[in-house]
Amino acid sequence: MELAGILIAPLLASGFSLLPCGRRFAPPVTLLASVAALALAVSVALEAAATGHVAASGEWLTCDGLGALVLVLVALVGFTAALFSWGYIGESVKHGRQKSTRLYYTLYNLFVLSMLAVPLLANVALMWIAVELTTLISAFLVGFEDTPEALEAAWKYVVLTTLGAVLALLGFLILYWGSRVAGLEPFTWQGLVEAAPRMPPALLWPAFLFILVGFGTKVGLVPMHTWLPDAHSQAPASICALLSGVETTTVLYVILRLFPVIGGAPGLDARPWFVGFGLISVAVATLLLIYVRDFKRMFAFSTVEHMGIILVAAGLGGAGAHLGAAYQITGHAIAKSFCFFAAGVTVLTVGTQEIAAVRGLARTSPIAAAALLIGGFAIAGAPPFAIFVSELVIFKAGLAGGQYAVIAILAALVVIAFCAVMLHINRMVFGAGAQDGKRAAALPRSCKLTLVLAVIPLVIIGLYVPAPLQELLKAAAAAMGG
Amino acid sequence: MNSPPILFALDALTGALFLLTAIGVVATRQVLASLQLFILQSALLTLSAILLGLAEDSVHLFAVAAITIATKTLLIPWLLRRTVNAEVYRTREIERVLNIPSSLLITAVLIVLAYVVASPLLNAVGVPFAQINLPLGIAAMFLGAFTIAVRREAVPQLLGLLAVENGVFFAGVAIVPNLPVIAELAAAVDVPVVALVVGMLTRRIHARLGTTAVGQLASLREE
Repeated sequence: MELAGILIAPLLASGFSLLPCGRRFAPPVTLLASVAALALAVSVALEAAATGHVAASGEWLTCDGLGALVLVLVALVGFTAALFSWGYIGESVKHGRQKSTRLYYTLYNLFVLSMLAVPLLANVALMWIAVELTTLISAFLVGFEDTPEALEAAWKYVVLTTLGAVLALLGFLILYWGSRVAGLEPFTWQGLVEAAPRMPPALLWPAFLFILVGFGTKVGLVPMHTWLPDAHSQAPASICALLSGVETTTVLYVILRLFPVIGGAPGLDARPWFVGFGLISVAVATLLLIYVRDFKRMFAFSTVEHMGIILVAAGLGGAGAHLGAAYQITGHAIAKSFCFFAAGVTVLTVGTQEIAAVRGLARTSPIAAAALLIGGFAIAGAPPFAIFVSELVIFKAGLAGGQYAVIAILAALVVIAFCAVMLHINRMVFGAGAQDGKRAAALPRSCKLTLVLAVIPLVIIGLYVPAPLQELLKAAAAAMGG
Repeated sequence: MNSPPILFALDALTGALFLLTAIGVVATRQVLASLQLFILQSALLTLSAILLGLAEDSVHLFAVAAITIATKTLLIPWLLRRTVNAEVYRTREIERVLNIPSSLLITAVLIVLAYVVASPLLNAVGVPFAQINLPLGIAAMFLGAFTIAVRREAVPQLLGLLAVENGVFFAGVAIVPNLPVIAELAAAVDVPVVALVVGMLTRRIHARLGTTAVGQLASLREE
């Protein structure tokens, strides 16, 4: 019943947000629903961590370790972003655009709903629909600010990711064909893993490639990443936190699900593809991180980098690397959403996204400066934050597996990316510049509260991993076939 | 599965026409003509689904045919006409990323490529109708993607996207004739939503920027 409840809460909130009750009604309703979804998701995750598997509501909804991890992350960012929206969207649609506030919250809830559905739906065909809906629903959220740049970003986002999803659809149809040949009836992930050894490899392999390239577009793997920095920099900050923090993760989750399926087939090896795509993504993203001029784009490129790292970790194989991948997924979702809240606060303060135009933030707005610094350190992978630990786990597992070249390249790129990000943030926060003496605008209270709430898990999971989370990460790693 | 040869021959003819419409979408200059070609292509997809439904005795394929005819030949054109301004349809693209002869040359390469991609699958599993539908579906898919790359107007790019979807379904009706009903229904909802979302976005771009030449939007990039 809990699994259904997780989906019902945002659905109800989306319906209520449509009611013409003024723009003060929708934000608290959305927040309430997101708290409910988060509470249910945590209880499902605890159960999944303890028992390894949760099934409910007939055959339609199910959740294992990996699914529960993604579910909790989506629900968590869904909650913090809802809180952030309250002040942020209130600020940007101040003047009588009640209708667009209602539209924002309606779509916001549907967007969160579609992302929550991806790890829950048992049927793979339905899961594809959920992934496709995440794009279609969020298109208007990306273009919400209605500037020419935002509309351009929304256009590229919809056309390219839908094209990717349709390519992936052919992959899933071929997968279904293969599963019929192998005599499998319900088209579920569990069933696919079991049927994989009996499927003709000539079908399984093209299916894998179509899905990797198709959904890889939506994850932002290079060279299909071109839309990502646009969409993730032009959307409102609260939406960026969802797009970058968890939407990419939910789609990556689908690709990771394929890993044990391919691993079960004789003669097929997906690992070189994972490592190759991952390393190229990390390399290109690192290069772009050096040249970037817009701080929201900077965090977007950092997402491409992290998706690459997770893919490499999955491709290295083995329980250690997969545990590192699961930990990295967790650390990235929490840190990246925080980074975009920090970026949103900075935009509210200085009114620009250009790195060069922001100098000496520590003097004009200490809150934005502190948030950017913490976010920067967390996402770049400084100790004591989780990404530092997870990257070490991945490196260690890779070295233990004898993948010296891969780890050497990956480590070098991660260090360069760290320096690039911190250099940009350092200039923005401490640089001497033109902004001295100008009073910064006051920040909405809900934005400040979001920063405080979002920093708590960010710090905690770096310092120590609670036992249930440890179990959940292990279960997630096991679901990747590690 | 002993399907009458006449159905096989008719499906081959449908497939050939299907591919021709995909080539047409690449080559047409007129926005309205692209839309009409898309409607024709969807009608051919419907026809193929009916032929395969007869041959395989599959109710699912008749459902696919009904859904396709309802959504793609009636609902989507109606939606697009409602959402996108009439003047967009009168637009003629003078500028393209590639000229038409070069585009057609690449089209030929893509069709050959589609056969190369499809042949290992066909060798592995023998399904008679897949011999026609799979490579042609993949070819239409490639051509649709190519259309998106070379066209600059919003509506032709959208039609390219829908042509990719048509290609996938053209292959799909042959390789999975017994797709679960739920997936059919979902696909029936998905495709019009794609058209609606992209159509409304086009309308906003038109209202805001005064143009629908989305290929020329390039303010977001690294210098």
